[in-house]
Amino acid sequence: MPTPRPELLIEMQRRMWRVRAFDERAVELRHAREIHGPVHPSIGQEAACVGACMALREDDTLTGNHRSHGHPIAKGSELGPLMAELLGKATGVCGGMGGSMHLADFSVGSLGETGIVGAGIPIAVGAGLSARVRGTDQICIAFFGDGASNHGTFHESLNLAAIWKLPVLFFCENNGYAATTSLARATSVEDVAERAAGYRMPGVVVDGQDAVAVYEVTAEAAARARAGEGPSLLEAKTYRYLEHAEGEGIPGFYRDAAEIERWRQRDPLEIHRQLLLDRNLLDAAGADRIEREARAEVDAALAFARESAEPEPRAAFDVVFANSGGSGT
Amino acid sequence: MSETRELSYAEAIHEAQILEMGRDASVILIGEDIHGLTLGPYAEFGPERLWSAPISESGFTGMAVGAALTGLRPIVDLLISSLLYVAMDPLVNQAGKLRAMTGGQAKVPAVFRCGLWHGSSYAAQHSDRPYPLFMNSPGLKVAIPATPADAKGLLQTAVRDDDPVMIFEDRNLAHERGPVCEGDAPVPFGQARVHREGSDVTLVAIASAVREALAAADDLAREGISVEVIDPRTLVPLDRETLLGSVRRTGRLVVADPAHRTCGAAAEIAALAAEEAFDALRAPVARVTTPDVPIPFSPALESKLYPSQQGIADAVRRVARY
Ligand SMILES: Cc1ncc(C[n+]2csc(CCOP(=O)(O)OP(=O)(O)O)c2C)c(N)n1
Ligand SMILES: [Mg+2]
Repeated sequence: MPTPRPELLIEMQRRMWRVRAFDERAVELRHAREIHGPVHPSIGQEAACVGACMALREDDTLTGNHRSHGHPIAKGSELGPLMAELLGKATGVCGGMGGSMHLADFSVGSLGETGIVGAGIPIAVGAGLSARVRGTDQICIAFFGDGASNHGTFHESLNLAAIWKLPVLFFCENNGYAATTSLARATSVEDVAERAAGYRMPGVVVDGQDAVAVYEVTAEAAARARAGEGPSLLEAKTYRYLEHAEGEGIPGFYRDAAEIERWRQRDPLEIHRQLLLDRNLLDAAGADRIEREARAEVDAALAFARESAEPEPRAAFDVVFANSGGSGT
Repeated sequence: MSETRELSYAEAIHEAQILEMGRDASVILIGEDIHGLTLGPYAEFGPERLWSAPISESGFTGMAVGAALTGLRPIVDLLISSLLYVAMDPLVNQAGKLRAMTGGQAKVPAVFRCGLWHGSSYAAQHSDRPYPLFMNSPGLKVAIPATPADAKGLLQTAVRDDDPVMIFEDRNLAHERGPVCEGDAPVPFGQARVHREGSDVTLVAIASAVREALAAADDLAREGISVEVIDPRTLVPLDRETLLGSVRRTGRLVVADPAHRTCGAAAEIAALAAEEAFDALRAPVARVTTPDVPIPFSPALESKLYPSQQGIADAVRRVARY
C-alpha cells in the first residue's frame, strides 16, 4: 500500500482542520442568518474527503454533492473565495451564483458540486472519458453519499465506467443517513461497496475516520485507474455529527444521542493527531498550532468575504452563455 | 464560393459530423447503437472518437457534460426526442446551468442531437416535439433546421459553439433533398432565413412546418396574397430583429409550429410581436400548432394534428381578410 510521506501526514491534519473550522463557522453564520440557503456541514467526515483528495494529483478532477465544502478545501482551494461564495459576494469562487451547495473551483480541479443527488457521478465518468481521449493520465473522483447509491445515475455510471475501463474513482461518503433515512431503511446491501460486484470492479470498504487508511485505498485505486485498469468503488464509513442541513429545522427523531456520542469518540481529527504525536512528527504544541492556524485562516476568509462587494445585478446575465447571442433576456 | 450539390437532410447531418470530427480531434460521438458507423466513413476516427453506449440516457448525457467541462466537444445522439425526459437532469440542471452556477468558470461545448419522429404512427411516447421546454430552460441554445443546408450548417456551428446546443432534427425531412455547399458551411446562430419575401402577411414557420408554409405561400400567391415566409432556424438565440422587422412591414403574423399549442415556440413568437410590434399589427396574431393532446397512434387520428399546408393557408387567409 502506498503510505503517505511525513509532510503529507501533517498537511492532512491541516486540511482536516480547515474543513472543520470552515464548517463550524459556516454553521454559526447560517444560524445567524448571515448565510442564506441551506448549509450541509462535513463535520465528522473530514478524514474521508481529505484522505481521498490528498491521494490525488493536482491535475486530477473531482465532482461532488450538496455537502460541498469539504471537497474543494481538501483539494487545496483558497478559503477566501469559498467563504465569499457562501455569503453571496462578487468575489465568491462562483461570483455568488452557486452558494453553499454548489462550490466549484476549476483552479484545483473541482468541476463542481451539485444540488441534485447523484447528478455529479456521470459527470465524473465523462471527465474520465475525456482524460482518456485527450491522452492524459488524469483521473476523476466522484464524491457522493450513501443515499446517492440508490439513484439510477450511480448504477448507470458504474456500468459505463466499467465497460470502458475509465479512470474514475467512485467515492461513497457513507455517513449512515440520507437526510433522515437510514442506510438500512433504503438500501438493499449492508455495504455500498458490495454493489461493485455487479459491475465487476473492486469494491473497498475503509474506515472513514482514519485519514491514512482512506489515503491508502484511494492511492491504490488511483494507481490502478491511471494504469488503464479501470474504475473502483470506495466506501468510507463515516458519520455527520450535525444535522443534515443546519438551520433548516430538520427534526432529529431518526437517531439517538448515544449514537452520535459513540461516533464522536472516534473523531477523525483526534485519531490523526494521535498518529502524528505517536510518530513524533509533531509535539502537542505543534498539533495545537495547526488548529489555531486553520481557525485564523477561516477568520481571514470571513473578513475577506464580509469586506467584499455584493455582485452587480448584471452579473447573473453575463454568465449564461460563453459565446455571444441569446444571453439572458 | 464553394460548389453546391444536392444532399438529403440526413446526408447533410452526417457530412457535418464527419467534417467537424476531421477538423477537431476533440469532437467525439456518443449514443446508442452507433457502433455500426465504424463500418462506414467514420472508421478513420478510430474507437476513441465513437462511443456506442448502453441504454443509459441520463448516464451518457451526464458523461457528455463531464467530457465537455474538461476539453472535449461531444456530440450526443439522443435519437428520439421523447427520450430527452429520461435525461432531463443532465440537460437542464447540468449542461444548461453549470456555466452560470460556477460564475463563468465552466464551459459546456456539448451538442445534443434530438430526432423528431412525429407523423409516423410512433404514438405518444415517440412523437414528442419538446423544443419549447428547452427554450424555457436558460443556458441551452436551441437549433431546429428545416433544410439540408441548414441541417449541415447549424450542426457545424453547434459543434464549434462553446455552449450546450440542443439541435432538433425533424425526421419527416430526412429524405428531403436540397442544395448544400461542399466543405465548411456553418450557419450562424440567431439569424433567421427569409425563405420567401412578401408584403401582406409574415408567416413564421419551424421545422417541417417550413415545407408546408412554402407550399401554402405558393397557393396564396395565386390568390393574390403575398406571404413572407421566415424560418428562425435557432429558437435560442432568436432573431428578434428579422421577425419584428417583417411584422412591422406586413402588420400581420401567422406562426406555424409543430410543437403543442400551450407555451410553444409559436406562443413565444406571438408574445414577442404583441409586446414589441403592437402598434404595427393590423390583425390578431394566429397560431397554427399541434393541439394539446398526447399524439395518437392511428394515422386517421394523427395526420390531422400537425400544421399542414391547408391549415396554414386557412390561417393566413383569415388574418389577411381581418
Ligand atoms: C435527486 C434529488 N433527490 C432528492 C434531493 C433532496 N435531498 C438533498 S440531500 C438528500 C440526502 C442525500 O443523502 P446522501 O446521498 O447520503 O448524502 P449526505 O447528505 O448524507 O451527505 C436528499 C434526499 C435532492 N437534492 N436531489
Ligand atoms: Mg448520507
